[in-house]
Amino acid sequence: MLSCYKVLDLTDEKGVICGKVLADLGADVVKIERPGGDMARSTGPFFHDIVDPEKSLYWLAFNASKRSITLDIETADGREIFKKLVRTADVIVESFQPGYMDGLGLGYPILKKINPGIILTSISAFGQKGPYRDYKAPDIVLRALGGLIYTVGDPDRPPLTTSFHHSYFIGAMHGAVGTVLALFHRASIGYGQQVDAPAQQGLAFVGNVESQVPWFLQHIIPGRNGRKRFPVQLKDGRLYFQPMLWKCKDGDIAFAVAASAMTASARGLIDCMKNDGIDASPLEKWDWREVHEGEWTREEFDAILDALGKLFARHTQDELLKISQEKGIQLGICLDAEGALQFHQLAERGFWKEVEHPELGTSLIYPGGFARFTEAECGIRHRAPHIGEHNNEIYHQEMGMSEKELADLKRRHVI
Amino acid sequence: MVKKPFEGLKVIDLCWSGAGASIMNLFAHYGATVVRVESAKQPDPIRRVLTYTNYTKEDPHTLELSAYYAFSHPAKKYGMTLDLKNPRAKDVFKKLVAWADVVGESFPTGVIERLGFGYEVLKEIKPDIIMFRSCGYGHTGPMARQAGFGMILSAFSMMYSLSGWPDRDPVPVSSYYTDQLSPLCGMLAIVSALDYRRRTGKGQCIDHSQIESGLNYMAPLILDYSANKRELTLTGNKCNYAAPHGVYRCKGDDRWVAIAVITEEEWGNFCRALGSPDWTKDSRFTTLKSRIKNSDDLDRLVEAWTVNLTAEYVMELLQKAGVGAGVVANARDLAEDVQLNYYGFFREVEHPYTGKASYYHPPAFELSEAPAEVGRPTLLGEHNEYICREILGISVTEFALLKQEGVFE
Repeated sequence: MLSCYKVLDLTDEKGVICGKVLADLGADVVKIERPGGDMARSTGPFFHDIVDPEKSLYWLAFNASKRSITLDIETADGREIFKKLVRTADVIVESFQPGYMDGLGLGYPILKKINPGIILTSISAFGQKGPYRDYKAPDIVLRALGGLIYTVGDPDRPPLTTSFHHSYFIGAMHGAVGTVLALFHRASIGYGQQVDAPAQQGLAFVGNVESQVPWFLQHIIPGRNGRKRFPVQLKDGRLYFQPMLWKCKDGDIAFAVAASAMTASARGLIDCMKNDGIDASPLEKWDWREVHEGEWTREEFDAILDALGKLFARHTQDELLKISQEKGIQLGICLDAEGALQFHQLAERGFWKEVEHPELGTSLIYPGGFARFTEAECGIRHRAPHIGEHNNEIYHQEMGMSEKELADLKRRHVI
Repeated sequence: MVKKPFEGLKVIDLCWSGAGASIMNLFAHYGATVVRVESAKQPDPIRRVLTYTNYTKEDPHTLELSAYYAFSHPAKKYGMTLDLKNPRAKDVFKKLVAWADVVGESFPTGVIERLGFGYEVLKEIKPDIIMFRSCGYGHTGPMARQAGFGMILSAFSMMYSLSGWPDRDPVPVSSYYTDQLSPLCGMLAIVSALDYRRRTGKGQCIDHSQIESGLNYMAPLILDYSANKRELTLTGNKCNYAAPHGVYRCKGDDRWVAIAVITEEEWGNFCRALGSPDWTKDSRFTTLKSRIKNSDDLDRLVEAWTVNLTAEYVMELLQKAGVGAGVVANARDLAEDVQLNYYGFFREVEHPYTGKASYYHPPAFELSEAPAEVGRPTLLGEHNEYICREILGISVTEFALLKQEGVFE
């Protein structure tokens, strides 16, 4: 769908998902790596735990369907080659510390002169301007200032970050949306523009519903309630945090009483309780087509939660999934990677993609496309490239550089 | 004035609740005419979520008071109510489809088909229509008809096994994570389809599964399992490439600072910023490897330092020294955050029934040539007459007749 566009991808581990999703849509995304390989190649986990730039699973995951060239844009020759690439490109995506590109003489005003249609998408922690612009922001620091750590965890321990660092992805995905928007805009105005994607804002968007709504409305600062983080306002007007995650027989499930949207769920749950010989009266006494949390006392609500807890504890994840489908109950199974790979809905839809990795002597399973289109394929087309795998193809065949020139640049570590 | 990105674009928004609505907001932020169609009899359930709201059941405007509804619609849309089960209302909707470029909906499979507006029907009315269909599990497979919302779908997207202490059960990282992560994929899909249509003249239908979008963010975890049969280990706030790496108590009530020291250079800067106390020279902390190994001891020593200082002071001191540190921001910190406010992220907007509030915000990116517009949510059926008369060319008499026939209920 975007196969007419060429993207130069200068990002490190913070921004690689941006180019990945553009490549999923067919764009020709050229990953520009520094000689020796991209820094993101040192991010784990690694294939069979062998620390090797060609074996970073993190790198493989987010560079699939891209091409790779090596180029040192910190050298004068490298910059000139980069400028040549810019002439025929549509988009540049970068995630350097703000100001780095300007420092190299590759700031937007210069790129624009070379190619007025160029779109420069910059992914960063806080943005290209403002008081935090130059702050150092490893994932935990970004996540903290984005407001997504304070409310996570138990009240008796410090707030928690995630063990899988992915906060920058949220900024990078906003960058991807801004990029296609700028491409669409370019068609009507005739020139490119800058897309500034601060990940902090993406995180603030995530937390808005849980933190900013209570703060701006009632000056309430939501704290940490462990697994109980789904607020309801009961009859006495006070907030009550109900569990979102529950124990079932063999794992965790997600469920919450959201009265306004569970007419069908309530009917199904009552049926199941009766089947199991659990007293369903705490739920049965309400008309679920109309009931609202504000009608319940704390005791009445606790009785509902207690009955639900009993029901969930009696069944396995598989049983609950089956029941929820049969009865139309809105209930989630907390999956890990193995569970996700086995989940029948995804299997039936052919979501997972097996990709050959001859260099690793095996194949690996990847997530499929993020959406399906009647007019085009979306998703992984080929494995991530090796370091500089397309140097010859791009420098020689497409840009017409001679073999002698290439050898010379290689000798001087430009490529 | 530079032309807006979506100027002249016409969008019908049938989406309910969180994720779908956020996707369609993009068009309202950037200049499209977006008509939000709802049923007055069965309005968007999020309108009934009244947590954090002072309300009485007798209030005639209860359906306009939900803050959850309001923050989900932070941009100008036109509001229309249609009872799509009413044959005359179907005719009005068909006229609207003939006018539109994009139709977005977020019902489980079967709902829109039962109303008689599947893709084939829409395409007949408007051959180059882009129909965007977002739902929890995707529009094929055994769970296509299953309803779901962010809290449930995050479970299927592996998002509830990302945070936790080694000695305790995992905890949620957020309550509706897919509601904010999957829409970015949805927006990307629609804008790309629009660009494709601009070049080829072809419309299409998009099947957007919110869990599949969510799982795309989890790709490294899937590959780790695929290659190494390993699941993510929950490590609290520790990490295998930095130490100190954690959240440390500061002066004040429930105040914390996050610190991460990765390189040797940063470790040197960190020690100097603290005034190089003796413990920083301890042999247990000389290399990253040894710091990670002895991180429990290290964390205690770091916290003994932070606990007497404010989080803001520690952040500024360490940042000045070239070390990553940040206040663990709570709701108030975010509202007052100098960086977010520099960008004017939270915008105060006036609402006729709930007054002024600042939880409205533009998308989390800024375009140099196109400012995002932010505005109040549309009210139920607010623009019925405007849309009928100005957009669909329905006469005053006919509009009155339609109203009598219950078309707008």
